[in-house]
Amino acid sequence: MTAFQRLRFGAALGVCLAAALITSPTVRAATAGKPDDRALTIVARWELKNADPSVNGYAFTRMEVAETLVDADGNGTPKPGLAEGWEASADGRTWRFRLRPGVSFHDGTALTADHVVTALNHARAKPGSLSKAPIQAITADNGAVVIQLAEPFSPLLSFLADSASQILAPASYDDKGNVTQVIGTGPYRVAEFKPPQHLVVTRYDSYWGGPASIAKATYLATHRSETRTVMVESGDAQIVFNLDPASVQRLSRNPKLTVQAVPIPRVISVKVNAGHPLLSDLRARQALSLAIDRTGIAVGILRQPETAATQLFPPSLGAWHTPGLPPLTQNVDRAKALLAEMGWKPGSDGVLEKDGKRLRLTLRTYPDRPELPPVATALADQWRAIGVDVSIAIGHFSDILSGHQDGSLELGLIARSLAVAPDPLGTLMQDFGPKGGDWGAMNWSNPALTEAIDRILRSQQAEESAAAKRTVGTILHQELPVIPVVWYTQTAAVSKTLKGFEIDPFERSYLLSRLRWVE
Amino acid sequence: MIRPILHRVAQAVLVALMVGVLTFALMRSLPGDMAWRVAAGRYGYDITDAAVMEQVRHSLALDQPAALALLSWFGDLLRLDLGVSLISELPVVDEIAHQLGASVTLALTALLLSVLIGPPLGVLAGLRPGGGLDRALFALSITLRALPQFVIGLLLIYGLAIVFGLLPASGHGEAGHVVLPALTLAIGLAAVSSRVARDATVAVTSSGYYRFGETKGLRPLENFLRHGLRNIAVPIVTYLGVQLVYLIEGVVVVETLFAWPGIGHALVHAILARDVPMIQGTALVMGLMFVLLNAGVDVVCGGLDPRRRAS
Repeated sequence: MTAFQRLRFGAALGVCLAAALITSPTVRAATAGKPDDRALTIVARWELKNADPSVNGYAFTRMEVAETLVDADGNGTPKPGLAEGWEASADGRTWRFRLRPGVSFHDGTALTADHVVTALNHARAKPGSLSKAPIQAITADNGAVVIQLAEPFSPLLSFLADSASQILAPASYDDKGNVTQVIGTGPYRVAEFKPPQHLVVTRYDSYWGGPASIAKATYLATHRSETRTVMVESGDAQIVFNLDPASVQRLSRNPKLTVQAVPIPRVISVKVNAGHPLLSDLRARQALSLAIDRTGIAVGILRQPETAATQLFPPSLGAWHTPGLPPLTQNVDRAKALLAEMGWKPGSDGVLEKDGKRLRLTLRTYPDRPELPPVATALADQWRAIGVDVSIAIGHFSDILSGHQDGSLELGLIARSLAVAPDPLGTLMQDFGPKGGDWGAMNWSNPALTEAIDRILRSQQAEESAAAKRTVGTILHQELPVIPVVWYTQTAAVSKTLKGFEIDPFERSYLLSRLRWVE
Repeated sequence: MIRPILHRVAQAVLVALMVGVLTFALMRSLPGDMAWRVAAGRYGYDITDAAVMEQVRHSLALDQPAALALLSWFGDLLRLDLGVSLISELPVVDEIAHQLGASVTLALTALLLSVLIGPPLGVLAGLRPGGGLDRALFALSITLRALPQFVIGLLLIYGLAIVFGLLPASGHGEAGHVVLPALTLAIGLAAVSSRVARDATVAVTSSGYYRFGETKGLRPLENFLRHGLRNIAVPIVTYLGVQLVYLIEGVVVVETLFAWPGIGHALVHAILARDVPMIQGTALVMGLMFVLLNAGVDVVCGGLDPRRRAS
């Protein structure tokens, strides 16, 4: 039987060799290098689609490839970007932007006012903030960019800071005006762009602000938070975003990593059809709001107690947050009393009834944000406690939008960004206009609110604007066209081999150019 | 020789027709307005609203009759053009090349690893049925088969990437990135292919012709190489051929766990976003791969087993 033994030995050797080959450390040797040209890997969940700024512009501004005419600081306040300064005419309808000198695109072309005009006109024709601004004309004048408005419009600067308004080189566009490649002006240039997962950038040495420290960075999109967690644990990634609550706790204990959390202007809220026979009564909306245990949801589901919403606008939104408002709290007895006042009486199984009809509602939500379905379940449970029978329909997020359009939506649980452009005014115009909005009020409007929003749009004085913002906050708080539940926090884990890391609360940039490797 | 080829070509044409019509009809008959889904897939939840949806409907002419869209797809297909994705607006063929290419790379690597692990162990076990190795392998293969790929993947990441730091945990772009996802798939495959190999070995070694080989005085190794190996190989090759297709399309879980850009993941997204050209193109390419792979398995099995050529 020696031949069999040889055969067995040979096969065993083969298996061992294969195992040795695939686990060989030489496979990894390629990734190491001199400290200076080490590549940085950032992992987050947003998949890449294409080079179109209206679709995917945020990826290129976050990786600091493309820049906008106006930038924003950590509070969302406008600051100079590719424009070094600007002036508005007395009537607030003509804005003149002076361009920063010495700026060049990654293909070597020097930035001119004509390039900016072309880029902004392309942006206006596509979905995004700029398409909603009352712009009459954008022209180049003597090296400056002039924007002519039909009426005063205070969020213009913020709209120009939207990533969809990024300024690209003429060679970026094809003859139909579509962006085929992103040639920007930022401290990093695109080295490789492979949707849906990969974007590799390298340092642009002729950047107007001086070259960045990190030579090369890769953005990797991956859907699963477990994957992001193991990547930063194993050292394959240096920065990962959107951690799940369990990972936050685990990674916080890892001595090689730092975990950061920053509140961001996004809120989970319940969109209410105020045209529904039950929900048109303010008392019903108040009862639903009073039934919600926001702290319980913040602690139990998001595991971040400070995210329980006390009003629509989180404190990080500065003037929009109105400090004096009574916080939204849970009061089950008061909720029951309000519904009883409306004539609803508990039936045999505890569900409220009136004129032989049971109090039943459907809450639509979507799984794109994984925390939404569990929050919906918690809400249904809390509403059941006041006798409201709510069934949950989890589908596509567009079901909420189409339900708004065809009137079939009753309740929708949504995660709404209050600041697609840094100023929430853009979102508010869209969500709480006189006709409501797909992501905001439904069959509800309030002339005082419309007037206040209008005043902020036209105002050129900070004080008048701040007063109007308080009015907006107060009306939304009292009338509850949407019922706020929890605010969001952005989390990130960062390797201690890096220094200078910060989370931009407006998620406009990963601030790569501020990072350095620790010596 | 000509007839089987013609047969396969006819099969391929039929597959193209069926796949084109069926995917189109199924996607169009799904509930919900297609324009909403396309707009949502393209712009995401922060930008999409009714105005954006109407803009998409208009620019993609989604309100034109469905038959017209199907006809134009077949027209493009005749010119070997798979069209443009509704979501990314990039040529479907490029997306398939990138994503299906990545899936094929992963599947082939997994298959290669599984061939190195599974059949040799199975043959060894089959040569001594009921022996220690056979019983141990039986228990191991049941355990591994019962574990979801997700768990095997996480265990491998934890062991090989985090504790020992031998391999990158997840990602795509460097050679080392393929190893862990491929190994995850290979372990699941080897668990079954080792059983197939073991059973085939038992069947062959207990057959009359194999016994005759022993009787006529061949040494065990000689007998095994001449009369055993080929016969054992036929069911293994057939099994692996089927597995390869399953691997290419069915590894979404492993792909997402390891951040690998695969076609399974792309297809799920395309279906959610009603990206009809992308779905049609992918289904077509996969259908043709089935035909090609079956033809390949036939050729290999014919080479291994002369009786098949005769029939």
